Amino acid sequence: MIIYGTALLAICHLLGIFLGDLLGTLIGAKTNVGGVGIAMILLICARLWMHKKGWMPEQTEMGVAFWGAMYIPVVVAMAAQQNVLTALRGGPVALLAAVGSVVVCACVIALINRGEKVEGTALPPLEVPTPATVR
Amino acid sequence: MLELLEGTARHNGLVTAFALVGLVMLISMKLSRHLTMGRVHGSAIAIVIGLGLAYWGGVQTGGTKGLADVSLFAGVGLMGGAMLRDFAIVATAFEVQVVEAKKAGMVGVAALLLGTFLPFIVGAGVAYAFGYRDAVSITTIGAGAVTYIVGPVTGAAIGATSDVMALSIAAGLIKAILVMVATPAAAKFLGLRTPRSAMVFGGLAGTVSGVSAGLAATDRRLVPYGALVATFHTGLGCLLGPSLLFFATRAIVG
Repeated sequence: MIIYGTALLAICHLLGIFLGDLLGTLIGAKTNVGGVGIAMILLICARLWMHKKGWMPEQTEMGVAFWGAMYIPVVVAMAAQQNVLTALRGGPVALLAAVGSVVVCACVIALINRGEKVEGTALPPLEVPTPATVR
Repeated sequence: MLELLEGTARHNGLVTAFALVGLVMLISMKLSRHLTMGRVHGSAIAIVIGLGLAYWGGVQTGGTKGLADVSLFAGVGLMGGAMLRDFAIVATAFEVQVVEAKKAGMVGVAALLLGTFLPFIVGAGVAYAFGYRDAVSITTIGAGAVTYIVGPVTGAAIGATSDVMALSIAAGLIKAILVMVATPAAAKFLGLRTPRSAMVFGGLAGTVSGVSAGLAATDRRLVPYGALVATFHTGLGCLLGPSLLFFATRAIVG
């Protein structure tokens, strides 16, 4: 049943957010610390474990895969509700702080990633999305 | 007749949002294929259209939530809100290759720390250059350059004024938008080809929205790796901003 996959995703999501809130409270950060990341790790572990047990038929997987594929549309909706007006009105301080930090970070990212050996670990080139890559 | 149709859309907000975003995606894919010959990814165009709609919504309503403030499109707020966004991000973890994620663990942590300190230093430096001399304002604007959540959380904790808070939010927002829009174009320069490089990117670029949207428009398969690291970024910033970074700033500017 498809809902089993979605329910598994929901449980991992809730548990992860809860643990993130708990962690934030414990260290006094007043915010969620890595809740989504914890949820992702839980889901990865759940998948590995259930695969081993043979409890992960294709139907169940589709209940998760659908939401993974909905990711880009959700991001578009997210972009459509940003406070773009305020961002643009922030003036030169906000603009310079943002551009400066993006440029500095981009150079450091490029520097770190140049040092990486690519052979074997690079993903194969992405062509027109096929059903296999969309999943 | 038209009023009836409007009522239908209004009462089915989330469903209207699905239809609207579907339409935006369709237009973007067509534009990508025919106008740019596939060089600019359709997702990137869709995100830019989304930001444009947000601008239009802001102008129309004077609100803070872009298109979601237009009552007809309120469902966009639910579809792109934190709940469904996080739900969809978690779902992308299903494709993570465990071996790859493990290999990049330490690099991810280093990237996270760099991604907090470097933007803070740049932001604080810009604030200082524009005449801010008190530690509270400098810290808040610096924290805003980390992400638009770290800025206000830090500012609220150390008692910044509301105009400085608005500035820090603006800095974070512009950063997120820049990362969203520029990542696909800069993917080659950044070396975004492997899961490890995506994790470095996630830690350094920070903002979950910027990272995930930027990676989505570059190569969808890299999203979970970047998001996995970036999700710790805001928490780390909220932790360090009002504490270590504030004390360090106060020690320097007095």
